[in-house]
Amino acid sequence: MMKNVHRTLQVNGEAQQVSFAPYKTLLEVLREDLNLTGTKHGCELGECGACAVLVDGQPLLACLELAVECEGRAIETVEGLANGSVLHPLQAAFADLGGAQCGYCTPGILMTAKALLEKEPEPSRERIREAISGNLCRCTGYQQIYESIEEAARRMKEAKVPA
Amino acid sequence: MNAPGNPSEKMRTRRRFDTIGKPRRRVDGRAKVTGLTKFADDVVLPRMVHCKLLRSPHPHAVIESIDFTKASAHPGVHLVLTGKDFPISYGILPVTQDEYPLANERVRYVGDPVAAVIARDEQTADEATRLIEVKYRLLNTVSSAEDALANPEPRIHDYGEQGNIHRLQAFEFGDVDEALMGSDHVFEDLFFFEGNTHLPLEQHASVAAPDGEGKLTLWSSTQVPHYIHRALARALRIPAAHIRVIACPNGGGFGGKCDLHNHEIVVSRASMILGRPVKICLTREEVFYMHRGRHPVLMKMKTGVTKDGKLTGMHLQTLLDGGGYGSYGVASTFYTGALQTVTYELPRYKFDACRTFTNKPPCGPKRGHGTPQPRFGQEVQLDKIAEKLGRDPAELRLGMVAKPDSLTANWLKIGTIGLEECIRLVVEHSDWNNKRATLPPGRGVGIACGSYLCGAGLPIYWNKMPQSGVQILADRSGQVTVFCGATEIGQGSDDMLAAFVAEVLGIDAFDVRLVTGDTALTPVDLGSYSSRVTVMMGHAAIQAAERLREMIVDAASHELECSPERLVMAQGRVFLSEDPSKGMTFAEAIVFAETKYGTLGTVGSYSPPRAPGRFKGAGVGPSPAYSYTAVVVEAEVDQNTGWVTVPKIWVAHDIGRAVNPVLARGQVEGSIYMGLGEALMEEQIFRRLPAKMSHALVHKFPSMLEYKSLTSLDMPEVFTYLVEDPDPNCPFGAKEVGQGPLLPVMPAVANAIYDAVGVRIDEIPITPDKVLRALELKAKGEAPRVGPDHFPQVPYPKPVYVKTPWEGGDGNETKPADRKQAVAS
Ligand code: FES
Ligand code: FES
Repeated sequence: MMKNVHRTLQVNGEAQQVSFAPYKTLLEVLREDLNLTGTKHGCELGECGACAVLVDGQPLLACLELAVECEGRAIETVEGLANGSVLHPLQAAFADLGGAQCGYCTPGILMTAKALLEKEPEPSRERIREAISGNLCRCTGYQQIYESIEEAARRMKEAKVPA
Repeated sequence: MNAPGNPSEKMRTRRRFDTIGKPRRRVDGRAKVTGLTKFADDVVLPRMVHCKLLRSPHPHAVIESIDFTKASAHPGVHLVLTGKDFPISYGILPVTQDEYPLANERVRYVGDPVAAVIARDEQTADEATRLIEVKYRLLNTVSSAEDALANPEPRIHDYGEQGNIHRLQAFEFGDVDEALMGSDHVFEDLFFFEGNTHLPLEQHASVAAPDGEGKLTLWSSTQVPHYIHRALARALRIPAAHIRVIACPNGGGFGGKCDLHNHEIVVSRASMILGRPVKICLTREEVFYMHRGRHPVLMKMKTGVTKDGKLTGMHLQTLLDGGGYGSYGVASTFYTGALQTVTYELPRYKFDACRTFTNKPPCGPKRGHGTPQPRFGQEVQLDKIAEKLGRDPAELRLGMVAKPDSLTANWLKIGTIGLEECIRLVVEHSDWNNKRATLPPGRGVGIACGSYLCGAGLPIYWNKMPQSGVQILADRSGQVTVFCGATEIGQGSDDMLAAFVAEVLGIDAFDVRLVTGDTALTPVDLGSYSSRVTVMMGHAAIQAAERLREMIVDAASHELECSPERLVMAQGRVFLSEDPSKGMTFAEAIVFAETKYGTLGTVGSYSPPRAPGRFKGAGVGPSPAYSYTAVVVEAEVDQNTGWVTVPKIWVAHDIGRAVNPVLARGQVEGSIYMGLGEALMEEQIFRRLPAKMSHALVHKFPSMLEYKSLTSLDMPEVFTYLVEDPDPNCPFGAKEVGQGPLLPVMPAVANAIYDAVGVRIDEIPITPDKVLRALELKAKGEAPRVGPDHFPQVPYPKPVYVKTPWEGGDGNETKPADRKQAVAS
């Protein structure tokens, strides 16, 4: 059995000390060693986008990244999206407008959308389509996902909430 | 109180609702966006160990020996299991108990599991599977349905009709030859629909654990916890009372999680042996091999029409490639014909079907179960008929829509039909009349329609018990808890349940606590398949809620000194209809009811109405109601590459009533998405490895990258219209919406391509190479068609002959002697 490594990871703004097998991906460490099962997997081969998280603000496929490479970088997962018990506007809009059906692609899409809105607070439909083109959803047909992202952008503009 | 199966007239016809029909955040929506929804692979338990399966690399072989000494000795391995540990066969249908959790003696497709390793982690288990030595004796492989017909030996199973034919079915409703002879035109076409798979985003996962008393709990990504519960008891030989199956919310199902899966039995047994939790999560490659998806179907369709565009009769023949096991195949085979009569008036109908065994992953039910294939054929053929008769294909269809409240030739009882309205809506909104045959070359529009079940009339094992049960508890705190075995697979099952109860009790849907999909706690519901949940669970929920309502209103009326009829329950209050200020809160009313009646609990149940068909085989097809859909697709074809782009789709769906319009639209758009993927790209196909690499029959591309499905960039704009004409057989009039809208998409795409470039692709998926081939044929002046060119000899039996309802039939089979008389008279 390979010896564990011990690392401190910055997850959702908190320093987490964690010990894990060095071959583990960020996805595995988040889910198995930090019990953050909100991040999903559909392939573990970089093909579906279900595992997308933000690392230093950029969407990244957690199944392709070794956890040991993530030390010192800011990792954001769906568990950190809400502000206390107040949903992030993206979360609220997805829940209200049918952006999540089975909800399995949702964490990855929420994180990808968050990165988009940080860069472009008022993205066009075209830009939204491009931004989430690496996230497969088998349930929705994407349309209610676009509408949710657009609605979140609108609500954020009105409330002047930064992404 | 209502008799089971008889929804309250008052409820159904009420005009104003507080919950039903209002766009709402679904009751489980918050958990889905916070990452808190617990899917099966999110279940983590103390002392949990992990399972990996060793799968056959050969498509057809006899297992001569298995040596797992090295695997057992591998550090970290707790247990190795093989077929010897599982002597009992199983299968989802009682008539096809043909699978073993781990192969015993024989493997029948690449991916058939032969051994299981349970170890401290996945990595170790995986390493150990590689240490298992299996000796196989290879057998000849059957690779397609035609291959199966041509090669009766070696038999893949020693049951079935003969050779490698699993199942033959033949029915005739009225004399079809006579009808065809009397027709002005007879059209005969061959169609092929390639198999495809569900590709749920969630990989199947299961966790099994013994509880403190040694009883088994299984958490699983399953759409059918009740069926799993029954089958596990049989397969493991432990009392059902010692087994608890919990269906975790599914990360998409689409029919792929309807079967009892081998890994579910394996981890259950392993956890009972080890006395600790065992988890398995399939890799994406394994999910492709698990399959149970859309059958590849070859079809021959002979249809008669009058010169004014009425159908006279149809003879449909289907040939299915079933893969290595029975699965739901017998039902799938029936469904390739059973619903062909529901969309349009069809006076006579004949249907022959054949399912074969092949050495590929088993096929089963996928969204639309067996009906999208013949639907594709019929809708493309109608396009050809319209052209020949010089008719507008939309007009032609409008002239033949089935009649509401009628019986079909094959004895299905149809209720409401909103199809005419659906056709008009998509014609109007797509600007059909100004687009058809007039768009510039390379662009075109196509129309198609369809209909689907609102729940299969019969359960998969014979019984006369309710198909859905709901129990409600209410207590003095004002809390209402609803228990039902129905399963949330993303479609909104939980939201429907809460909405129905909330509407009847006049409370907020969000305040209803739900316990669902748990065989230890919830009354039986057969599961999330055949679009049955809204209708069947809905009826049961309404009945239970109305029984509770009656007690509450009765107790409150005593307090308010009025008659119960004068009370209204709405907005969390019970009050006098003529003076809303006189009343009490819902919680106060519950206190009075609990005081009067004691502990408050009610149940409701639902069984569908008995179907009129009496002949053997009449059990597949009946449903409490049928939904209807019309679709117009706009397509652009690049004549240099054959590439098809679909910019816009208009869809109108007869839903009876939309319980939560947000979810209803999501189901429609999701169906359009999946249908378009099937139309243009999705295919579950197999190839042979080179001879020096074993010549095995393997999945062509078992990965999400290579199994093409639509991304956001490929998805067209979809315009959805819901037609709401409440059906009296449905709860609040609500019909299904999860499957029907998929059916017309594939043929509408094919018809749009014909309108765009004048080529017929009588085969699904319509990939660019096929379009190019057809364009080349057209350029050469040959028939511009790509599709199957022959239908093999199939030994279909003599059909079960049933007289149609309008030719003196009584729903029973007519024996040949009576039949002659019938035809003569
Ligand atoms: S799980 Fe990472 S991309 Fe699919
Ligand atoms: S909501 Fe199910 S995969 Fe997107």
